[in-house]
Parts: sequence; C-alpha cells; structure tokens
Amino acid sequence: MTGGTEIRRPLLTVEHMTMRFDGLLAVDNLSFAAYPREITAIIGPNGAGKTTVFNCLTGFYKPSTGRLAMQVDGKALLLERIDGFKIARQAGVVRTFQNIRLFAGMTALENLIVAQHNFLMSASFFSIAGFLALPRYRSAERAAIERARYWLDKVGLTDRADWAAGTLPYGAQRRLEIARALCAEPALLCLDEPAAGLNPRESAELNQLLLAMRTEQAIAILLIEHDMSVVMGVSDHVIVLDYGRKIADGTPAEIRADPNVVRAYLGEDAVEHGTVLETIATGRA
Amino acid sequence: MTAASGFAAENPAPATSDWAAELKDAGLAALAATLLALPLMGFETYDIGGGALGIRTRFDWVAIAAAAVFVGRLTLRLCRRLHRHRETRSEGVFASLGAWTSRWATPITVAGIAFAVALPFLPFSSRYLTDLGTTVLIYVMLGWGLNVVVGLAGLLDLGYVAFYAVGAYTFALLARDLGFTFWQALPFSGLIAAGFGVILGFPVLRLRGDYLAIVTLGFGEIIRIILLNWAPVTGGPNGISDIPRPSFFGLPFARSAPEGVTTFHQFFGIEFSPNQRVVFIYFVILGLALVTNLFTLRLRKLPIGRAWEALREDELACRALGINPTNVKLSAFGIGAMLGGFAGCFFATRQGFISPESFTFTESATILAIVVLGGAGSQIGVVLAAILLVSLPEFGRAFAEFRMLLFGAAMVAIMVWRPRGLLAYRDPSLRLAPRSKQGLSP
Repeated sequence: MTGGTEIRRPLLTVEHMTMRFDGLLAVDNLSFAAYPREITAIIGPNGAGKTTVFNCLTGFYKPSTGRLAMQVDGKALLLERIDGFKIARQAGVVRTFQNIRLFAGMTALENLIVAQHNFLMSASFFSIAGFLALPRYRSAERAAIERARYWLDKVGLTDRADWAAGTLPYGAQRRLEIARALCAEPALLCLDEPAAGLNPRESAELNQLLLAMRTEQAIAILLIEHDMSVVMGVSDHVIVLDYGRKIADGTPAEIRADPNVVRAYLGEDAVEHGTVLETIATGRA
Repeated sequence: MTAASGFAAENPAPATSDWAAELKDAGLAALAATLLALPLMGFETYDIGGGALGIRTRFDWVAIAAAAVFVGRLTLRLCRRLHRHRETRSEGVFASLGAWTSRWATPITVAGIAFAVALPFLPFSSRYLTDLGTTVLIYVMLGWGLNVVVGLAGLLDLGYVAFYAVGAYTFALLARDLGFTFWQALPFSGLIAAGFGVILGFPVLRLRGDYLAIVTLGFGEIIRIILLNWAPVTGGPNGISDIPRPSFFGLPFARSAPEGVTTFHQFFGIEFSPNQRVVFIYFVILGLALVTNLFTLRLRKLPIGRAWEALREDELACRALGINPTNVKLSAFGIGAMLGGFAGCFFATRQGFISPESFTFTESATILAIVVLGGAGSQIGVVLAAILLVSLPEFGRAFAEFRMLLFGAAMVAIMVWRPRGLLAYRDPSLRLAPRSKQGLSP
C-alpha cells in the first residue's frame, strides 16, 4: 500500500474482507486503509460491491471473513465484532445513505439533534434530569443546538432549520444528511454517493464542503462516488473495485492512467483501441 | 399536506365531463346495492300462526335502495367533478386547522381545562353527564398513552387493552388480597403494566407494521383469556367485585362510616349526596389525564421522545447514528403500557367490579381509532376524537338500531376527508427561529 516516508498511521485498516451472500461473492478479499485528514474514494462500476463495503463497515452486514480495524484512542477496535448500532458511538464510524434517509417528518434542526442522541441521553440521565429540566441537561441541550446551528451554517440551511426535512429540495436534503452525520462527531465519515442527483454547481459546492471538513475537522472521509469531478477533485486516494475485487489503488492521477480501470469502466475494446501497449507493459504485471 | 396532494395527483380525474361513464359507474353501484339488498332486505319472515314462520318478499324496498344508491352515487360524482378545485382548497383548510390548533394550543388547552373543571357544576349538568365525562376522560387518557406507542414511536399496537386490564387487575388483586387502597395501588398498577409492556416488547423487536399489529393483537387476547381461565386468582368470568372506591385524602364517600372513620360529608359538614363521589371520581380521572398529558408532552421534547419519532421515521438511519433501537422501542412500549395501567387502575376503582368482558378487542380498537382519528401525535386531536367516539354512540341512542350505522358512517366520512386524522399537524419539538418568523415555512 502507499506507505508514506513519515509515520502515517491508518485510521481504518481493512484486511482480507470477504462478503458472501449465498452464491454471490459481493466483496472478494479486499484490503485497504483510510488515513486521518484524507479523503479516500471507492469507485467502481455498478454492482462492484462498494455499498456492501460500507454496510460491512457500519455494521449493517457482518463480513463473512476479514478484519476491519478502527484506531480508537491508540487501540484497534474490530468493527466486525461490535453490535451494529454501537459502531457510531464506539468506533466513530458514521455514514450517509445512497438513497437519502432523513427523518422526513422532523425538522432539519431536529434531525441534527437526534444525531446527538447519545450525548443528550447521557446528559438527561435516563430522562430524569431532562424531565426535571436540571441545569446539566439544559446546558447539554444548548450545546447540542449550538453544534447543530454550526453545521446548518456550514451547509447553508440555517434559514430552513425549522422546515420538515422531507420538504427540503433534493440538494439540501443531501447536505442535511451530511450535516447530520457530522453532528454525531465521527472519526471516519462514510459518504455513499453524496453527489448523486446534484447539478454541477451543487457538486462543486459539495467539493468545497468535503475539503473544508477534511482540514477543519481532522476526520477521515470514505467516499463512494460516480461523479468523477468530485472523485478526482477532492480525493487523496482512490480505490477501484470491480466484481468485488480491488483492481487498482492509488492517487487520482495514477488511477486515471490505469488500464485496468479503463477496462472495468469502458470494456475490453476501449483498452485495445486506445492503450494496448500500456496494457501489455503494465496490465499483466 | 404533501401526502394529501400526492394522493390527489395519483388519482387524476378525466378532464371532460363524461355522462356515459358517470351513468355506467352509478349503474354499477346500483347493481352492487341490488345484489346486497336482495337477500338482506328483499325477504322478510313473519308469523303465520301456530309458531310457524312464513316468508314474504319486499322487492319494493330493494328497488328503493337501488334507486337511492344510483342517485346518490351520481350526485356525489357530479358534485366532486364540479367542485374539484374547491376540494383541494378544503384540504388546505383542514390542514391549516391543524396548524391553527397548534398555534393556539395554549388558549385552547386553558379553555378546555376550564370547561372540564366546570362541567359537573354547570346548570345543565347531571349525574349522567358527569359519568359520561368520566368515560370520555378515561378514553382520552388511554388515547394519550397509546399515542406514545402509535403516534410517536410508530409501532402499531392492537392489544393496548391488555395493559389496561393488567392495571385494573393489579389493583383489584392488591385490594382483595392485601387490602390496598386506590392511591396505594396506583403506582403498582403502572409499574406492573409497564413490566408487561416490556415483556411484550422483547418478542416484537424485529417486527413492524402489519406483523407487529398481529402479534400485539394476539398478546391482548392472551391476557384476556388468561384472566378468563385462571379462575382461582382472577375469578374467571365472574371477575372481581367489591373493589374499594377512592377516598378523599382518607375520607371515604359514604352515607355512614364505621366507628372512628370520618366521612367526606361529615368532615366538611355538608349534606350527603351520592353525587359527591361521582364528581370526585370525575376529578380524579381529570387529574390523571392531565398528568398523562404533561408527562407525554414533556417526554416528546426530550432525547427519548425525539428518538421515538426518529425510529418511526427511519429505523436504519437511527442505527447508523448510534441509537439503540431496542431501548427506544422497549421504552415506548413500557411507558405506553404504564399509562394504560394507570387508566386501568382508575377503571377498576370507578366500576367497583371488573371482569374480562371489559377488556375485549373492541376496546383496543376504540382506543386505536381515537388515536388515528385524532391525528396520530396530536394531543388535542385525541381529546376531540375521544369526545366524538364515546359520546356519538351515546347521543345516538335516540336512533336505536341505526346508532352503529351512524357511527360507522361518521368514521368513514372522517377517513375520506381526513385520512391522516382530524388534526394532523406536527409541532416541532424545538425551534431555531422564534415562532413568529415561521410564516415563510410551508
């Protein structure tokens, strides 16, 4: 893998992960790493197993074999051994969904407050402190609202904070879902096609947001994306999957030049017509 | 609002008025009515003497029914077509009614409570009216309790009456075997019912929607059948009688008390009247219902309440955000059941006698109907629906056999005009901007 010269410790290390659904091999012996303050993109044709990787990381599936280690406070936490709902809190892995899953009937603000459930729940002490509106709960609630307001500002939704999330325009819903994930204070943020359905201007804004998050929040971002302008524009590192296997791994520039990737996306012909020599030189190595 | 407009869009009407199609539609409806009416209304048995029955036909009735359906159907369709634009507007009016009630919630609540407090003392009030008010308030309380499970957490519970029964029997048994009074038993009724709620919650954690409804329905029946058959403890079908009445801080409501006990009328030096107990019982349930309301309103603004609503909206997203769905569901079941248990305890002390017959599926269905009709999640809606559902059959007594027919028609009408309940409007649990600036939001 791309080892740096200085000590660069991966935040997430996936080793030999395989996910099998009966006869279907969705992810086949995949290994990769994600580093803090970096954006790692996972790309690949439809059905390559990208979302399955996310589902394994966030506890929706248990991988058939493999090791998914998250660095938390200097110790490795094995995601495949944690209950699904605990992953967000204990390992700090939070995701968004390909088909937006907001709490549609609740307001944008409430969505962001629900994301801070565990923080508020411990402050409300089994709802008792909350019920009596003790100061410790009230200050926790104020802090939660402040954090929500900060992220609403970041994604440009402050003036629509009290709208029901389901009534927001599509692009705003995408941004709100990212803000909601950030309110859960992740160490690793997994974004499943955040630019899907966005227009060019919106996806340029998304690029800005992703870059800002990476530097300001010091979090690692794992990104599934089809929009190459987003992938090539923001990623530090790209992993290409095809039929569940990793076929390439490198910087955006390396990926662009990789014939395996061209073949996976455009088919055998494109390679033969365009870069046959390169294929012979590097492809079978 | 969006759901309503979406519904309208899914059923586009033909743009031009097509008489042939309308007549055909009305004809089909009349045909269906004829087929139904023929066996039901077309024949009549009568006494031909000597204990034997003869049969005669009433085809004129069938003809009248078919004609009525034909004309009615045609008129309905034509009216709809003529006033299509008005229909969409009325939908808007209804929706803003929900928003309006929410905006004026405080004055409406104050007025409602003032009316409820004054009810037993109003010039036209009677013992009957106070009794009816008590019944309505029991259903209001049950509706508010079930609202936690159905309205907030979105878990369809068809067996809510089980917790009502558990609360009632808890008090009855504690009173019979251990000599508990109403006020001593009240917390135990709630706690034990909550325990049963959690017990029900465990097996149904993975279920939702229809499947959950079936299991909860079964649970309600299991409790009722246990009560019916465990005769040595529950008295079986004979139930438990002589359940003590509530006392006013230790002062019983009785004409004469045993030695050493002061009764309510003696203590206050007033004339004894059986009405005093009825009024007192009314105020007990009013107090319990109001506490229930405050309790659930407060919970809704806490993390747990928001987690219930988030669970209703999207369980997967909840898991992805680190919310434990098990705890959220069990707490909803437990708290809903606890409130049902309190209501059950009150029911036992009010009736003085309970038997499994009071806890049939019909009760569950009525409570659920109150929550759904009121607009799931709306506190004022539940009150409105409880008043409608409990008092409509009462006022319909004059119509005798048509009572249930009217009741059914009213239910159908509400479901046609307000499929999401009378006052379907969700008030956010917290706001960033003050309310006055909300004019811009849809």
